[in-house]
Amino acid sequence: MNTTLKYYLQIADNALILSHRLAENTSKGPFLEEDLAGANVALDLIGLAEAVYTEAAKMENQGQTADDLVYRREEKEFLNCLLSEQPNRDFAHLVTRQFLLDAFNYSYFIALTESKDPFLSAIAFKSLKEVTYHLRRSSEWMIRLGTGTEESKHRIQIAINTLWKFTPELFEESDADKAMLANGCGVNLSDIQQQWDQKVNEILFLGHLDIPKNKFSVRGGKEGIHTEHLGHLLAEMQFLPGKYPDAVW
Amino acid sequence: MTTKPEPVQIAQLLAEFEEKINAEIKIEPSDWMPDAYRQHLIRQISQHAHSEVIGMQPEGNWISRAPSLRSKKILLAKIQDEGGHGLYLYSAAETLGVSREQYIEWLHQGKAKYASVFNYPALNWADIGAIGWLVDGAAIVNQVSLQRTSYGPYSRAMVRICKEESFHQRQGYEIMWRMMQGTKDQQMMAQDAIDRWWWPALMMFGPHDSDSPRTSNAMRWKIKRETNDVLREKFINKTVPQAELIGLKIPDPNLKKISDEHYAHGDINWEEFNQVINGNGPCNQERLEHHIRAHREGEWVREAAFHSDLRKQ
Repeated sequence: MNTTLKYYLQIADNALILSHRLAENTSKGPFLEEDLAGANVALDLIGLAEAVYTEAAKMENQGQTADDLVYRREEKEFLNCLLSEQPNRDFAHLVTRQFLLDAFNYSYFIALTESKDPFLSAIAFKSLKEVTYHLRRSSEWMIRLGTGTEESKHRIQIAINTLWKFTPELFEESDADKAMLANGCGVNLSDIQQQWDQKVNEILFLGHLDIPKNKFSVRGGKEGIHTEHLGHLLAEMQFLPGKYPDAVW
Repeated sequence: MTTKPEPVQIAQLLAEFEEKINAEIKIEPSDWMPDAYRQHLIRQISQHAHSEVIGMQPEGNWISRAPSLRSKKILLAKIQDEGGHGLYLYSAAETLGVSREQYIEWLHQGKAKYASVFNYPALNWADIGAIGWLVDGAAIVNQVSLQRTSYGPYSRAMVRICKEESFHQRQGYEIMWRMMQGTKDQQMMAQDAIDRWWWPALMMFGPHDSDSPRTSNAMRWKIKRETNDVLREKFINKTVPQAELIGLKIPDPNLKKISDEHYAHGDINWEEFNQVINGNGPCNQERLEHHIRAHREGEWVREAAFHSDLRKQ
């Protein structure tokens, strides 16, 4: 697989899988307004994923479509980071996963607007408005839960502690990250990490929450080695096109 | 401090109220209204709000299995719209002096109902088409008429809701159309879906006028503008040609065309209707349990939001 395609898939897979997780929570939110807001973020992310898959599908000139990339790839071909596939254990996990990824996406898309790849630059501009809102929303939830009640503080701290081990992977450079950075189309992940650290420190401070000390990294998503959760997610998501391969929906 | 009006004053207030109704002037929350009018609205608008929210569940059952990016986006947006309709309606219902929390509590206690049609399961992808086309289609027929309802906040909510519901109905029909253009399996799914959803959709309009105890007051006060049977006929006359156009068979052996645009339908199974309304449908328990569980699991979040630093700023 060429590195440009792989780079595009990293972006699209992250957005798709996170969107899927958010969509799973529809009608299960703590109140109706939150259900609507969660669906909104899911819709923004699926829109981003679709745009990038559509462009990626054209690269190999084999008549592939965006849907082929979503519904007809194997688990090991998905290149999303492990954090985005983690399940909705409770609202605290959902919010923490969202915040950690929003903080990443915010800095990432700002940097990507400078890409020499005109499509990536354009999609970064378009997404930035949405991602800015996502980050504001999830940051407020982190502070709200951190400073709410004993129970909410306890739950959100557990979620941070549980998900923290999946965050170093966000900044590990894959072959595609290296190649795209070298040709001026990609993003320097070390810079993103500094900005991410700063944002996460700020919000956790405001939420009276602790940064976990353990730096151990559970990794593999960018190379197609996932947690057990992704297989189940894909089995469900790909069920109809898999069972009825000739059908057009 | 408000004082209770004297009987003479009540007669005067009632006359003024009915004069407004007759002149098609909307009744607003601060206006005097008979207690029976208020109670009817509390029951009807909250039931409508609950229906929108519970209705998110059968469609939600397919969000994670939507078979294309386009269909996934549309379904998610549609379910989000339904939640939004719930919000408009809870807001309209709150103008009657009852809080959303109270309405939800009544729902959980089984004192408030929601549209019985959502107690049926969504079993295959074509059910998502059938729900949009038939269930939202039936809802629109009712809601278009409710845009002219006499209570201002309800009427205004209906105007907004109708705009989105007509999109829902079209997307549902599009799914059915696509499936009927598709493989044998897809066509079978589509026919299976209409077979299961046709009769529940007809039941959505409620009992025949002769058996509908609340219709007469509701019509007199123009809360309701057309009777159950009139609305049901409109729906059938509109929907049968749509089914025929794409090759779907209506599962009613007694359906007859009686003039160019009118059909007579077979008997509705009112025993099933009453059983499902009274808790014995295939999914009554799941729907209510799902709502109660989400509400309970969200309690700590709502409490945290209430006590957080952000709220104190």
